Amino acid sequence: MSAILILEQGLNGLQFGLMLFLLAAGLTLVFGIMDMINLAHGSLYMLGAFVAAALVQATGSFALGVLLAVPVTALAGMVLEVLLLRKLYQRDHLSQVLATFALILIFNEGVRLVWGSDAALPMPQALSGPVELLPGLYYPAYRLLIIAVGLLVAIFLFLLINKTRVGMLVRAGASNREMALAMGVNIKALFTLVFGVGAGLCAVAGAMLAPLLAVQVGMGENILILAFVVIVIGGIGSVRGALIGALLVGIVDTIGRAFLPIAFGAFLPPQFASAAGPAIASVAIYLLMAVVLFFKPQGLFPARG
Amino acid sequence: MIRLVFLAIAALAFPWLAEFSGYSFYISFASRVLIFAIAATSLNLVLGYGGMVSFGHAAFVGTGAYVASIAMVEGASSAFVAWPLAVAAAAAAAWLIGAASLRTRGVYFIMITLAFAQMVFYLVNSMKAYGGDEGLTLPARPSLGFDLGNETAFYYVVLSCLALTLFFLHRLVHSRFGRVVQAARENAVRAEAIGFPVFRYQLACFVIAGAVGGLAGALLAAHGKYVNPGVLHWTQSGTLMVMVILGGVGRLWGGVLGAAVLLTLEHVVADYRIGWLAALAPNYQQHSALAVGLVLLGIVLFAPQGIAGMLARKHRA
Repeated sequence: MSAILILEQGLNGLQFGLMLFLLAAGLTLVFGIMDMINLAHGSLYMLGAFVAAALVQATGSFALGVLLAVPVTALAGMVLEVLLLRKLYQRDHLSQVLATFALILIFNEGVRLVWGSDAALPMPQALSGPVELLPGLYYPAYRLLIIAVGLLVAIFLFLLINKTRVGMLVRAGASNREMALAMGVNIKALFTLVFGVGAGLCAVAGAMLAPLLAVQVGMGENILILAFVVIVIGGIGSVRGALIGALLVGIVDTIGRAFLPIAFGAFLPPQFASAAGPAIASVAIYLLMAVVLFFKPQGLFPARG
Repeated sequence: MIRLVFLAIAALAFPWLAEFSGYSFYISFASRVLIFAIAATSLNLVLGYGGMVSFGHAAFVGTGAYVASIAMVEGASSAFVAWPLAVAAAAAAAWLIGAASLRTRGVYFIMITLAFAQMVFYLVNSMKAYGGDEGLTLPARPSLGFDLGNETAFYYVVLSCLALTLFFLHRLVHSRFGRVVQAARENAVRAEAIGFPVFRYQLACFVIAGAVGGLAGALLAAHGKYVNPGVLHWTQSGTLMVMVILGGVGRLWGGVLGAAVLLTLEHVVADYRIGWLAALAPNYQQHSALAVGLVLLGIVLFAPQGIAGMLARKHRA
């Protein structure tokens, strides 16, 4: 085990964390502002990946396909919000869980009907090789691109939320919805906009991760749970919390998977270590969440004061 | 009361009718529905009567299924050993998870129960000695003093379990304990102020539901003679929740109705060819989940009280 391996895994963790952040940012705003549990958020991520795969194939250009997939998915999200989700804001969490669970089924089958069970989104040739970051540290160029895109979107979101009028309304909605309403904020339009932005972020994450992971029906279901873990750790409604939570989860998960088996092997009998290492590594983030909730039941950065 | 008697007669006569009309396959299907009815009813106790929105009930069903199966594989072929072990293990898991989760409220409770269920899911996935992600096949169904391999005998065992569960739930929610739990659902602060230790009541309710869920899990493993980590996946918790909401939250028959309607719907869409639909879309049966999704969406939008609520309204009118 060397410093290079640790650095490499650290970068992997950062890359995974930033993609989780793109999912979690939309989810935490929907959750925090509209008080709505949206299980179908993972479906928008899947939709984004499939749309990107289809557009990349149609246009023949990776960049163009991915760039087009974002507004298309955002538009799909806004249509969904106007037609259906809007009716659910006033209902209890149970109804929202049931309705969005139904949406997962509908999205899965709809995607299967249109594109089949899986799709291919190949990595652009120019980025498929490694880059030498430090002497001896080779890192895949494509993963570096993911990190760059993730950081850019995070900065964009930060500016959008902290420096613009729309961002101010969003923050007002997250910290006290009734008060924002009473002050004359057009909550309806704001909700639709936030939902569209969230769906667009899903598409960015889905399209960027597609060459690394498989584009298949059901891909959104496991990552959705990770996104929920992130926003609960970070504090529901807080974008800053989502960023910190996502980086924590990404790094703990990646480092845990890479090093826990080795660490266990150092002081445990091998047959036990080879079983316990991966097991503990895969529950590490849930343990993290339980610990955070135990000490800070509202998450690290609660949006409601 | 008369309706209950009719229902009991129908349930008791079902295997005989199925055999008689040449559809004996449906005896096994009915057992599956009844098992899910037990699981959904146990979730309804926490969710409906306790007001605790647990998104991790599959953890208890799965714990029951796995403990019963592991007991069988390790040589305990009697259901009198395997099933109580499964129930005890599920109750213990519910006690641990409940004690930690019940310190949080609202959305955080939903999420933390989900997180714990995911932990159990991954732990089971990594148990290489018991099949890991490939699951565990049982040599036979456990013995209850008589052979459970017979579908009709198994059906009656499951039916008795469900009847006992429903009777127990009915008595429980009308007992002092049940009143306190429902009072805590309506207003935990007031219940606390009157002097009830709300946390302990809710935890007890959670543990009871977990134990019954464990029984359902043990039955489920025996039914298929197979168990895999899929029983613990979060979508399984979601499906159980859907059954409860579909049937009727906080209604005695909610879980049973929801399980019956959802499983029958899935089965009908997947296995029956409807002529005009097949003419429109020849492969529509591969997309049965689409129909299930649309029906669920319709229920949320147009029948928020669930099926039991709809029936009760009609009955009163």
